[in-house]
Amino acid sequence: MYCKKIMIVQMIRRTATCTATCTATCTTQLNYQKSKAIKTHNTQIPLACALLTCPLKLELQSRSMAASTAVTANYVLKPPPYALDALEPHMSKQTLEFHWGKHHRAYVENLKKQVLETELEGKPLDHIIHKTYNNGDLLPAFNNAAQAWNHEFFWESMKPGGGGKPSGELLALLERDFTSYEKFYEEFNAAAATQFGAGWAWLAYANDKLKVVKTPNAVNPLVLGSFPLLTIDVWEHAYYLDFQNRRPDYIKTFMNNLVSWEAVSARLEAAKAASSSSA
Amino acid sequence: MTTVVFIILLAIFATSLYGAGGTTMDPCLESMKTASLPDLPYAYDALEPAISEEIMRLHHQKHHQTYVTQYNKALNSLRSAMADGDHSSVVKLQSLIKFNGGGHVNHAIFWKNLAPVHEGGGKPPHDPLSSAIDAHFGSLEGLIQKMNAEGTAVQGSGWVWLGLDRELKRLVVETTANQDPLVTKGTHFVPLIGIDVWEHAYYPQYKNARAEYLKNIWSVINWKYAADVFEKHSRDLDTN
Repeated sequence: MYCKKIMIVQMIRRTATCTATCTATCTTQLNYQKSKAIKTHNTQIPLACALLTCPLKLELQSRSMAASTAVTANYVLKPPPYALDALEPHMSKQTLEFHWGKHHRAYVENLKKQVLETELEGKPLDHIIHKTYNNGDLLPAFNNAAQAWNHEFFWESMKPGGGGKPSGELLALLERDFTSYEKFYEEFNAAAATQFGAGWAWLAYANDKLKVVKTPNAVNPLVLGSFPLLTIDVWEHAYYLDFQNRRPDYIKTFMNNLVSWEAVSARLEAAKAASSSSA
Repeated sequence: MTTVVFIILLAIFATSLYGAGGTTMDPCLESMKTASLPDLPYAYDALEPAISEEIMRLHHQKHHQTYVTQYNKALNSLRSAMADGDHSSVVKLQSLIKFNGGGHVNHAIFWKNLAPVHEGGGKPPHDPLSSAIDAHFGSLEGLIQKMNAEGTAVQGSGWVWLGLDRELKRLVVETTANQDPLVTKGTHFVPLIGIDVWEHAYYPQYKNARAEYLKNIWSVINWKYAADVFEKHSRDLDTN
């Protein structure tokens, strides 16, 4: 009897771990998913599983990365890595209080309720996101799961005294893939400004290339097969208290004063490591 | 002296050419009216406390105005693309037209869907709409509960609608995403009441409490407008 295997590379900020879960579904199909975010490690896992009655979880460490940390099955509302007033005057304390304290909290709490006593309960957040994305035919828990992930990623994309131009390898790659930092800045701004309604703009990494992506509502690059490196939330709740309808001003403020290029660089390193470890 | 006269004549001649159009564009398209921001039928603070003056000002003067401006800009681009026979641009412009044009159309209906309390806001509808609501939803409260539940459940940005299905001759509750007008859910659907559930419609006052906004907005819903539209279409349906 064969079982369906789903190998998931988890992009947990600075770390990348490979988790293989083998579940007995009595399907007669071996299913290796080859998308960029989902890698296979043939040599280390036995191919056939017989008469499994409960899920097996095999944890593999990739390279020298530290053990996985934050995004666990507990679905915790992690506070931003700075005080709620630390991003003033660019992003107000009031915004953080509502955006993190109400919106983000609600996604986490509602996700917990939604997966309770279902097969998704206890699964890592990445797993839930992939499963409920369901190739674009979204299942109910997708919104809460993806938004919980997106918001944690968003807080860590910013820092007090952030913004401005990056340096080193990241700058070199931006210049390589966008011609210049200014061209990247323009493209990122345009993506964020032209996403109709609610959504996100991203800097993402795939096939050894950097690119700008915009997504609607809760969708993120994980389900589109690339590694997220940076994001800006363009749901109105992200900027309405501070900027009202002036989304372009909010985007500029984010780029000039809030982006944490350190976080982006660390994520890029993790993405490159995860990519090459499966090559 | 004659040079000056010559130049003046040339100028007049050139202006007359310009006035004649000088293009081969379909005159219908050329004279197509641009959209303009309709005035609010009431003062900005007239819907308080259900909807704050701050929201009404931003919503009307900034958001709706932006849809109008961008819609006209897109129409202009469409005109040029059509004149040039640039078919791929014509197709590419459709999403901008749908978004901004939809935004204009939806908000124009929305302002009419609202009325101050002293002008009938919140007053239940008259027949035949009243009976139709009872028949389809059990009661007005039943309809309101349904619309509130669906409006709260909209993920991201969109609208919740009470509409008339002209084909099947019945009332419907629908939601649309972003600025999609109700007609995108059914070509025979006529909007009676639309409630904006984009965050900009309630955020300064209600923050994340969309359910609270939906609960309160019914005190300023202009049922008379909805009932009149329903009656007009019902009459048309009966005579068909």
